[in-house]
Amino acid sequence: MERDDLIEYSLDAHHNEEKGKSIRKKIYFVTVLLTVITVVEVLLGAIIKQNSAIWPLIKWSFVAMTLLKAGYIVMVFMHLGDERPWLRYVILVPYFMFILYLIFIALWEATAIRDVLDKLF
Amino acid sequence: MAAHTVEMDSKTLWGGKVSPFTTSYGKLMMWFFLVSDALTFGGLLIAYGFTRHDALEAWPIGEETFNSLPFLGHGYPLLYVALMTFILIISSVTMVLAVEAGHRMDRKGVTKWMIATIIGGFFFVGSQAWEWYHFIHGSEFGKIELADGSQAIVKGHFGAIQNFKVVKAGSHHKKDEVITEDLMHLFQHAGKDGHLSGNTPNQGMITLHDGSVAKINKSADHDLMLIVKKDGKTNKVGQKIEGAKAVSMYYSALYSGTPNRVIYGANLEQNEYGPQQYAQFFFFITGFHGFHVFSGVVINILICLGVLSGKYHQRGHYEMVEKTGLYWHFVDLVWVFVFTFFYLI
Repeated sequence: MERDDLIEYSLDAHHNEEKGKSIRKKIYFVTVLLTVITVVEVLLGAIIKQNSAIWPLIKWSFVAMTLLKAGYIVMVFMHLGDERPWLRYVILVPYFMFILYLIFIALWEATAIRDVLDKLF
Repeated sequence: MAAHTVEMDSKTLWGGKVSPFTTSYGKLMMWFFLVSDALTFGGLLIAYGFTRHDALEAWPIGEETFNSLPFLGHGYPLLYVALMTFILIISSVTMVLAVEAGHRMDRKGVTKWMIATIIGGFFFVGSQAWEWYHFIHGSEFGKIELADGSQAIVKGHFGAIQNFKVVKAGSHHKKDEVITEDLMHLFQHAGKDGHLSGNTPNQGMITLHDGSVAKINKSADHDLMLIVKKDGKTNKVGQKIEGAKAVSMYYSALYSGTPNRVIYGANLEQNEYGPQQYAQFFFFITGFHGFHVFSGVVINILICLGVLSGKYHQRGHYEMVEKTGLYWHFVDLVWVFVFTFFYLI
């Protein structure tokens, strides 16, 4: 007997060849972008030493490039960009809330521990 | 009151049956799992940052530690790990192409791209095995404890050892015997046990296991540089010593005759790269990620078998491919962060 109390959302996900073509085009674009960013990161890392004056700038640009890469992976490869906005928020908002809190508390505690250690030794 | 009520259908009211996310249960649960797993990795990387923040200059820099390529030796900072990153990105691309083919019910396309993804996964796991082997094995120089009690890592090109010529017979080796095998291993072992002696770098003496003493025939090292990683009486963390001074400091410590002044490679008790936590974090974070990749490959193989058997085609949709794809992309996503925070910064 066929169940009528379930909706197979999986069946709605189909698309035709024309749509597939544009999706593939987007995938190739993201591939090139991710590769280029990685190459730039490695070049910067190899050329600029950590004791140079512009290192802090490079460091933060690494963080920015990583977040950009992560954004493209999550939104395009994992299709989160194509999901309902509410699904997006349910995934992203709790995650960022926890992780920002964790970063904040770790930095705060590390500084405090450093102060204590400096006083002791 | 009737004027204030609005007619709503069950879709808007989330009244059961209809998912507000228009997503199947399985896909939603995969997302929830990934969020929790991402928090685990986030916690690990933040703990790493916390520890590093505490150690400051003593912490090894990625390009100091990871600068080897298979068959080519040292001197290629970060190129290997960049290659690993590229492999994982490409296998992520083949996975998303498999998902796209699934949406068109193109069974051949799904099979093709799934197999490509699995091959990419195997390449990555293999690369990681090589990286671990290299990390555990260590460099030719190791980390040395200098005369003032400071510890320094050593950069440069190690001059090859040609042979050991026995000058004093032991229970196994005769006098004037020339030993040509397993030289590096014997040399490092003797270094750890304090069985090396001599006054000039390339004319040291080695005491072998059987009690025989041999003369070391070795080419000169090039571009030796000591980078101090632990404070001593005179040398401070971050200090760099180059040239003839570095050579004499390194060999006077190596040939001092005291055991345990040199550390080669890494294990869970000591490592040659920097503070002890560094190796622990390396093993745990890359190991945990590698375990994810490995399980991802296993899941991909199982799903690929399902595709080959036509199970999903019969079902009318390839959502299983999409779900395993989510997991596979997540593995790539984590590596993007590990790459930045462990290797680049």
